[in-house]
Amino acid sequence: MLAQLLRRDLAQFFPFTGSGAALPVVFFVAVAMLFPFAVGPDANLLAKTGGGVVWIAALLAAILPLEKLVARDIELGFFDQLKLRGMAEEAMMTVRLVAHWLSFGPPLVLATFPAAALLKIEGETLQILLLGLLVGTPGLAAIGLMIAALTASLRAGAALSGLLLIPLALPILIFGAGALARQDQVSLGFVAAISLALAAVAPFAAGAAIRAAREG
Amino acid sequence: MQAPSPALSVHDLACRRGERLLFRRLSFALDAGAVCHVTGANGAGKTTLIRALAGLMTPYAGEVRRTGTLGLLDERSGLDPDLPLRRALAFWFAVDAGNAPQAIMARLRLEPLAEVPVRYLSTGQKKRAAFARLLGQAAQVWLLDEPLSGLDTASQGLVSELVREHCAAGRIALIASHQPLDVPGMTRFAIEDYAPSDEAEA
Repeated sequence: MLAQLLRRDLAQFFPFTGSGAALPVVFFVAVAMLFPFAVGPDANLLAKTGGGVVWIAALLAAILPLEKLVARDIELGFFDQLKLRGMAEEAMMTVRLVAHWLSFGPPLVLATFPAAALLKIEGETLQILLLGLLVGTPGLAAIGLMIAALTASLRAGAALSGLLLIPLALPILIFGAGALARQDQVSLGFVAAISLALAAVAPFAAGAAIRAAREG
Repeated sequence: MQAPSPALSVHDLACRRGERLLFRRLSFALDAGAVCHVTGANGAGKTTLIRALAGLMTPYAGEVRRTGTLGLLDERSGLDPDLPLRRALAFWFAVDAGNAPQAIMARLRLEPLAEVPVRYLSTGQKKRAAFARLLGQAAQVWLLDEPLSGLDTASQGLVSELVREHCAAGRIALIASHQPLDVPGMTRFAIEDYAPSDEAEA
């Protein structure tokens, strides 16, 4: 049943198969494209600041899929039907987390290549950036899932979730972008640790949140 | 199959919505083959009762006992609105691995709609699709919340027929509906009979 659910969730959220799911990736590249227009084509300046811009773009792109992530399936009665079949909310949310990350983490990492070319990021910096996004996006996905589940029953949920994600994502941003400035990979260990902790907590927090939404 | 025969009983059940007590001291027991029709006006607590019976809501007081697998049909179909009907149903058929999908689709006259995205279906068509999902599950205890709403006369007849067959096979159905229903051997109670009498004071 979990495998069936994962396949369904992936089909819902994966870019180009789901409805409007390619938007975060397009948005991400668009921000990277706009930046050189705003600060000018100075290659040195771009290379120095570009990594940070990519991180901010990734963070903002993580907000976009949140609106549909949980609220829609609550309205559909989808989680209710799974519950009747004996599935725990935590299991539903674990699958959702995996599907959510797969549908936005790896595509974002791939989209970093064109973004990096636009921002003149090369060599070791690019390597650290890619690695950082790879280990940082699970954390962003976990924060996103928790927020989406918590705000699912609120009317202004979509607007609120963007506001909530930004402060919570700060540690990932600080260590992820910090690794670029110092050119060291140690900070990436912190990013990975934060991601791991968040991913471990998220299914329980999100599961409790949708249970509470159902009772309400 | 060694499965024990299905049963559904509640004892001294009371449910609230928000701060308002909807009903209290509700007790009944349904054994294999029983059909029960719960009547009541809008907002009287039929849906709340169904959700409490399904375990989707914690009752304010009392307990619910159930033996057997549970199928729920309410106003939400649980089908992905963007997918064509066949694929939206295929997910649930695969999860439940129950009855033959083709036969169910034909029975509910859904074949002509198979390639239509679920969001384009009318209310009645969606309801029939939800029934297809329910039949695929082959659950022993059916909880039906307003199963007739939005359906045309022919489909309403089909629903009574499905409920009759379901219960003839020794299974249980509890139906909350304000519309009349025709199933032999059906018991009936009005949820309003269990409404708190001191509502004026509250």
